[in-house]
This record gives sequence, structure tokens and C-alpha cells, in this order.
Amino acid sequence: MDFPRILSGNWETPNSHTLPVARSLGVYGRLEKALRMQPTEIVQVVKDSGLRGRGGAGFPTGMKWSFVPGPDKRGGKPVYLLCNADESEPGTFKDRYCMWKDPHLMIEGMIIAAHAIGCKVGYVYIRGEFRYIYDRLWEAVHEARAAGLLGNNILGTGVDFELHIHLGAGAYICGEETALISSLEGFKGQPKLKPPFPAVEGAWRAPTIVNNVETLSAVPWIIEHGAAAYKALGTEKSPGTKLFSCSGHIRKPGVYEVALGYPMKDLIEKECGGLLPGRTMKAVIPGGSSVPIMTPAEVYACTMDYESISTVAGSYLGSGGMIVMDDTTDLVAALANLLRFYAHESCGQCTPCREGCGWMYHILCRVRDNCATAEDLVTLKDLADNIHSKTICFFGASAAMPVQSFLLKFKADFIARIEAASKGIASGTHIAPPSPATVGA
Amino acid sequence: MSSPHDAPVAASRGPVEWPETLLPQVQDILSRYPTKQAAVMPLLWLAQDIWDWLDLDVMRLVARTIEVPPSQVHAVASFYSMFKKAPTGKYLVQVCQTLSCALVGAEGIIKHLEKALDVDAHGNSKDGLFTLLRVECLASCGSAPMMQVNEHFYERLTPETCDQIIAGLRSGKPLSLPRPEVDVWTFPVS
Ligand SMILES: Cc1cc2nc3c(=O)[nH]c(=O)nc-3n(C[C@H](O)[C@H](O)[C@H](O)COP(=O)(O)O)c2cc1C
Ligand code: SF4
Ligand code: FES
Repeated sequence: MDFPRILSGNWETPNSHTLPVARSLGVYGRLEKALRMQPTEIVQVVKDSGLRGRGGAGFPTGMKWSFVPGPDKRGGKPVYLLCNADESEPGTFKDRYCMWKDPHLMIEGMIIAAHAIGCKVGYVYIRGEFRYIYDRLWEAVHEARAAGLLGNNILGTGVDFELHIHLGAGAYICGEETALISSLEGFKGQPKLKPPFPAVEGAWRAPTIVNNVETLSAVPWIIEHGAAAYKALGTEKSPGTKLFSCSGHIRKPGVYEVALGYPMKDLIEKECGGLLPGRTMKAVIPGGSSVPIMTPAEVYACTMDYESISTVAGSYLGSGGMIVMDDTTDLVAALANLLRFYAHESCGQCTPCREGCGWMYHILCRVRDNCATAEDLVTLKDLADNIHSKTICFFGASAAMPVQSFLLKFKADFIARIEAASKGIASGTHIAPPSPATVGA
Repeated sequence: MSSPHDAPVAASRGPVEWPETLLPQVQDILSRYPTKQAAVMPLLWLAQDIWDWLDLDVMRLVARTIEVPPSQVHAVASFYSMFKKAPTGKYLVQVCQTLSCALVGAEGIIKHLEKALDVDAHGNSKDGLFTLLRVECLASCGSAPMMQVNEHFYERLTPETCDQIIAGLRSGKPLSLPRPEVDVWTFPVS
């Protein structure tokens, strides 16, 4: 497949993060054209391009923008644009490189998006652990400001936009858009019930658009080349290119940009260099730790796009964080590892999520340590089923889906541990789970 | 290893004020947001940079600055794991233990570091230089296993590179070590 590298094309150039180099590579080259377009025109182009949110949910970006009430319907309130750079979904590490290598592309995308939705002040919410990138983003903002690309009357077009970088402080849940808004406002990062959706009532109760780093970074190309050119890439329902973060038991882990619809098998065997010598595939988590796991048969039948992964494997493309596990992997320990994460990161507002995640983790530790009973597996499934869709935010489902899918697709691995336990091959009485066992080689 | 970040607030150091030289920065932070409340996180970060960790007096200063009750600042500081509610070693070593790292040997790295740094049950080394913590995914899963030392990432760790990094930190000229992995995004296995 031949396709342009829309998002990662500048990464190889030395100092691509500085303004002069970025400009020489064409960044900000589309800005004046965009700022002279009518806002509704930009929204229409992005709608027509079929661009879908790259943060995980895959919601059509242009449509989201069109939900912002018009100037006469906002009661004098401003509009905010928030760039979600919280990147905390295990297995996902693409936004990190977008911001490290090409911060100006993201800023250009934000300025265009801001113009489209009538926003004058935007924020990038970046996870606290990315402090070194936070500094680089501020440098980029100062460079852009000094060059008249941010601030008042950008490039003489009469458009104003101010951008601030906001550093998080270590909470996965702040990636959820309503939690991100609470956090930005200076409160605990706890999600809120939707509706109202942020596009109508978000930060400081004003209309707010939250978009992922990668989503915003795709916007300038779409403006330059047009909706049709973008739609020509990828598949009918999943146009464009996407960054995939590939990790686990592969020879060449890393971030790869491919057109959507790319065969998953090729991504693993070509881009990722295949599995380690002598190993076979056990399972793949295709879109970040929250999405259902896939069997090798499903992997070979799938292409990397929103529809294929869901129809073939009942899973999701999610954030594009692909975790490959080979035959040395202890899947029970792997699931226990993930549930430790969810138990740690639950914000604690909803009882099913707060209590259920910890409970599922404890059961999984018992299964892992060969001291669980068949009844524990029933309880485990019951818990997961009772968390999914019964909480304020999607975090609950994100914790439940791995449990449900591991149990459904790799039941034998769990049964084997129950049998080992019943035969007394237990690794000792296990009361509280202090530390995780090693998952694989 | 229990986390100093989760610990209850330790003893107080007595009333504090923003250093004169940083007042413009405080003003700049306040000017970025439509409400004062929103400045709480950047101000806590600034305070942590100055005083290394956040006790009740530092939280009271932040509360005065944004004109809210101290309890509100405390609620925010407690919610976020990166705000330190107790002192740590000079170098805070945080090793990722989540799945992608675990698949390629994070546990071995943690065990190695525990031994090499000779830390107690709280993760502190005797010389006060290091605090070792297990943390969750730091978005470096492709260059696993990895750790964060203060604000720097060290990736594709082996016991040998861990030893080099520790030796560098002990010798006091640590963070200039080459970290080529920060600048590349694919990692061919040799
Ligand atoms: C628990 C949870 C964590 C999330 N974490 C992130 C994240 O780290 N980065 C991100 O961009 N979106 C994350 N999202 C999705 C956001 O809520 C939101 O849908 C997204 O930022 C919208 O941007 P997009 O439409 O450009 O994808 C998360 C959602 C949930 C439920
Ligand atoms: S589902 Fe979990 S993370 Fe989401 S609001 Fe409820 S308790 Fe918080
Ligand atoms: S799993 Fe360790 S950095 Fe993501």
C-alpha cells in the first residue's frame, strides 16, 4: 500500500520540533488558507474527510465540531478547545512522538480547529510524567507567538487564538474528557455524567471540544489536500492514516503510521519484524489495554480499521496500541497485571468500578497463584458483567472488557489454574496480592 | 514499596511565602485561566519545584494564592499521585510495571534495582539518594522495560544499563548520559 505519512512524515528530520525547521517542512503552510476560510467551511471539509477521533472512541471529528452552539446560541460564553495529551492507556505511546518530534503540526491543527469552532483560548492537557515534553511544547508556543502564529490577528487574518499548556499530575482517568475538564478547572479529575456533552457544556460550563493530539495533527493535511484526498486513503468507513503503537513480543516494537485497512498480519510481520525466533503467537490486544483481546485466528483475518476489528474480533481499534503476546506468555498473570492497573486508577466515584476492579484483581491474583476455585471464575465473570455499562464513565467497561474477553477466548488457561489448585499444585496460601508475578519471558 | 505520593501529609515545615523572584511566574500562571481555582495544579507544581514536597503549609500558601479553603487544595493534591505528600530521595526512580513492560522483563529490572539500590520496604535507600517506586504505564511501551528518574525517561533497560545509570546518578553527573531512545520511535531488536 502506498500512502503519505501525514503524521510522522517530519519525524526523521533533525530538529523538526523547532519552528524554522518545521516551517521548512511545510508546517503552518496551510494556516493562512485555513484562517481565511469560513469556520463552517472548515467543519464541512473535516466532516467530508471522514476523520475520526484517534483518542480511542473513533467519533467523527467534523460532526463533533458541528455540535458547538453558534455564537448567537451561547449566551455570550466563550468556546474552549482542549487537546487531550494525557496518553495513559497502557500500550499507547504515539502522542508522545507527535509532540516530541512535531509539536508545531499539532499547534497548527489546534489553531485551525479553534477557528472552525470559534474558540479564542485553548489548552493542551499533557500527562504529568511528560514533563520533558511539556517544556518542549511551551518552547514551541513561545516560538509561534513570537512569529505571530499565536496571539492576536494571526498572520493578519483577524483571527485570535491563545494557547496554554497544562501539566497533569499522574491520573489515568484524566484522559477521559469530562475528567480532563474537571482537572483543568482545578478539581479532582473525576468524570461527570453525559449529557450534557462537553461540546454543549464543558470547561467552565462553556462549549468545549476535546480532541486527541493525533486527531488535531491530521487536520492541516486535510485542509491542504482536501477531504477527497484524505478519504481516498484507508477504507470507506475508516479513512486516512493512523499511528499504531506496537509493543510486546515483537522484533521491532515502535510507532508505525499506516493507512487504515492495513492487514494486521502485515503490520505484525512486516513493520514489527514478526515474532521472536521460535515463538508462536498466543494473543494480541489491538487497541490499548482496555479493548477485548484477539486470538491468532482473528488477527490473521483482520485489517487495522474500526469496522474489521469489531466485526471479525468483537474488539476495537481504540487508541491503536497493539500489544503482541507470544506462547511464553502467562495470560492469567497478564490479565492480573491489567486489573492491578484498573484497580489502582479507578477514580472511586462509582461503587461497581471502585469495588469491582479491586475485587476482580484479587480474584485474578488467586487464580494466578493457583489458589482459586471454579466458583471464583463465575464470580469474576459476574463482576465484569455488572460493571460494564453501569458506571458514570467508560472506565468501568474498559476494566470489564479485558476480563470478559480473556475468559471467553482463553478459558482453558484459567481452567488449567483451577485444576492445578484443586490438585494442590498451589504456590502457597494467597491472602492479599502484594506484588505481581512475572508475566512472560 | 509504599508510595510517598499516597502517604498522609507528614510534619509541617512552618509558614512559607512565594520567593520574590517567582512572583511574576505566579501571576503568569494565574493569568492563563478564567478562574483562580484552575491555577491550583500549576501552582502545586511550582511549589513542588521549590520545596520538593508538599506539606500543609505549602498547601495553605497555594490556597491563599487562589483564594479557596486549604481543604480544597488538599483534596486536589491528594488525588494526583505525582504530587508528593512526603519527602523522597534525591532521585525518584519509578519503574513501569504494566503489561507491555512486564512482558519483556520489568519484574527482573525491579528486582535488580531493589538489590542494587539496597532499598528498604518503603523503597528508600540508606544514603537518602534514591526512592524506588513501581508505577503504571508511562507511555514508553515500545521501548520497554523503562523507568523514569525525576523527569527523565530511561528506556530499553537491561541490568547492565541500570547499573550504569545508577553509577552516573551516584557520581553526581548523571542526567547527561546519552538517552538516544528518547529520540527514536522504532526499536529493532539486534
Ligand atoms: C478511561 C478513559 C481514558 C481515556 N484516555 C484518553 C487519553 O489518554 N487520550 C485521549 O486522547 N483520549 C482518551 N480517552 C478518550 C477521551 O475521553 C475522548 O474521547 C477523546 O480525547 C476525544 O478525542 P478524539 O475525538 O480526537 O479521539 C479516554 C477515555 C476513557 C473513558
Ligand atoms: S467508572 Fe470508575 S473511573 Fe469512571 S467515574 Fe466511575 S469510578 Fe470513576
Ligand atoms: S507498559 Fe510500561 S511504559 Fe507502557
